[in-house]
Amino acid sequence: MEWLTSHKIPLGRWIEDGVDVVYEHSFWFFDAISTGLGFVIEGLIAILLWLPALLLIAMIAGLAFALHRNWRLPLLIVPALLLVANMGYWEEMVETIALVLTSTAVCVLIGVPLGIAAAHRPWFQAGLRPVLDLMQTIPTFVYLIPTMVFFGLGVVPGLISTVVFAMPAPIRLTYLGVSGVPRELIEAGEAFGATPGQLLRKVELPYAMPAIMTGITQCIMLSLSMVVIAALVGADGLGKEVVRALNSADIARGFESGLAIVIVAILLDRICKRADPGAGGR
Amino acid sequence: MAVLEFKSVDLIFGRAWQEALCLVDEGAGREAVLEKTGAVVGVHDANLAIEEGEICVLMGLSGSGKSSLLRCINGLNPITRGELLIDDGGHRIDIASCDAATLRRLRTDRIAMVFQQFALMPWRTVAENVGFGLELKGVSKVERTARVAEKLDLVGLSQWRDKYAHELSGGMQQRVGLARAFATDGDILLMDEPFSALDPLIRQHLQDELMELQQRLKKTIVFVSHDLDEAMKIGSHIAIMESGRIVQYGRPEEIALNPANDYVARFVAHMNPMNVLRGGSLMTPLAALAETGGALRLGAGGRVALRLSADRRPERLTLAGETVTLRHWDGSGEGGAAAWRDSVVAASADITMGEAILIRHMSGNPVLLVEDGQMIGVVGDEEIYRGLLRQTGKSEGGRRDANRMGDNRDG
Repeated sequence: MEWLTSHKIPLGRWIEDGVDVVYEHSFWFFDAISTGLGFVIEGLIAILLWLPALLLIAMIAGLAFALHRNWRLPLLIVPALLLVANMGYWEEMVETIALVLTSTAVCVLIGVPLGIAAAHRPWFQAGLRPVLDLMQTIPTFVYLIPTMVFFGLGVVPGLISTVVFAMPAPIRLTYLGVSGVPRELIEAGEAFGATPGQLLRKVELPYAMPAIMTGITQCIMLSLSMVVIAALVGADGLGKEVVRALNSADIARGFESGLAIVIVAILLDRICKRADPGAGGR
Repeated sequence: MAVLEFKSVDLIFGRAWQEALCLVDEGAGREAVLEKTGAVVGVHDANLAIEEGEICVLMGLSGSGKSSLLRCINGLNPITRGELLIDDGGHRIDIASCDAATLRRLRTDRIAMVFQQFALMPWRTVAENVGFGLELKGVSKVERTARVAEKLDLVGLSQWRDKYAHELSGGMQQRVGLARAFATDGDILLMDEPFSALDPLIRQHLQDELMELQQRLKKTIVFVSHDLDEAMKIGSHIAIMESGRIVQYGRPEEIALNPANDYVARFVAHMNPMNVLRGGSLMTPLAALAETGGALRLGAGGRVALRLSADRRPERLTLAGETVTLRHWDGSGEGGAAAWRDSVVAASADITMGEAILIRHMSGNPVLLVEDGQMIGVVGDEEIYRGLLRQTGKSEGGRRDANRMGDNRDG
């Protein structure tokens, strides 16, 4: 036993060395990502904050009505958002929403094509699966450290950690949807002369759309659950308020900022849930 | 010239297809090939020529390779070895070796397919489903709308155009499938057990509808079925398949009368002979009839007496001693039993067994078969019984075999 512990395999060292090597040789790459994503998310925050709060609330309520065609949801949204503004967390909430939306957009842009590729290539799916399992099971704090090394402090490392955590959902559900297309529908497409691109656009994606939408909704929720952790590496928003409250044992502030997160979560969930699956129903 | 011609087509599923081909060439069976190479023999050495405008039915038990062979025609199953020639405006294209662009053109312009489980897109309306092939082909929206409307009209679904597939009954869904296949105006129609998923009444109705449409559209149809009655009803030719091989090919009546082997015979034993057997194969020919006193004596107690001229034309006909005139069969039995009672009827050799029984039942007398005015034979009780017995098997042994076949077919 003594022998065993005294001959420690330097696993952690290796990883650290690996991270160092990667950073040394491609810091320009991470810099570019950092600058690009930083620009997008800060631009989004600036635009949302430039709009008067009341106008933004009206726009969100209007969007909810346009998507669901009923008045109950807007009637829930308006007082809930007014409450957040009243508590003094408007700016933080906008920052949080911007973080969640940007991370979801990144997840979908990368995740949906990966899911489609996995559904078409069994070998790719076989290689991807353990990676996705790892992304979902490894404690988030662990990869917070290397993302900090690569991207510094601020909103971008928070965003990257969020993406790592939330991306498996859209990949898995896209894979599930596309690989679940009945053989007969694929054959019908081929029999009428569909090219691979047409097959994807006119058969596979429409069939998989409900699953993909579920993946996106899940992705939004997972991103939101990361806001407090993202705040630890310097991402602004409601998460930062929670961290501050924790550090100063401020019950009132902790409760209020927590309530604001819950409100955002409920509203995003309600807005994203498909009201009527009718057209795609089967 | 044949529109479609299969020349020694082999279809093997699996990676070890080369070894598998060697083995089947040496005469190994499917099980042996599967055990040795892990490859599945879908079809072996299929030779078939399908003429323009005919309905060729591929028929066999499940797993006999009929659907696999059908899918070779539009390349859903790539042919392992052999040629599949399709007539394309004078010259012939080999589907087994043509390039992707040609195959795509054949699929969008020439060959359409109807599926067993309909294969309609649940997120598309009826009209959008029918327009699917045209959309893939790149037909403009205006023209598409017009052609979709025309085909929906053809199958009688115009007022359902904006419904979704799941809002329709099974029979209607398959009519959408038919309209979708008609929409591209291809001249070759592949039908993979299109009516098997429907209940019997709807199935018969759609069979009739298909035959009626075929009268007008005159497509070349390759139809897969596991039901010999269906095959006999709609097929102008039938290819019977067993374990990936075509064991018999011919017109329905040929197959019914001369099954090539036990497998086919067992199918035939289960068939309903009414619409398949023809008067010509049921009849006792004129040469086998004995004359008594210068006239033929037919029917119960010889109550019909018929005297023929030297060139075998009916000359003098008496029924129970009274002279009557010969009536000719009108094809439908207009007026019912009362109108035909106590008459002697002449019909062509082409009438079905069902018609012969109907005439015999309504008139009370045997049916005279006449061709170009000349008497060729007669169908009476004796001939009808003989025809029925031939179907159900001549011996008890044959009967038992037939039952076993029925069990297999369900499994």
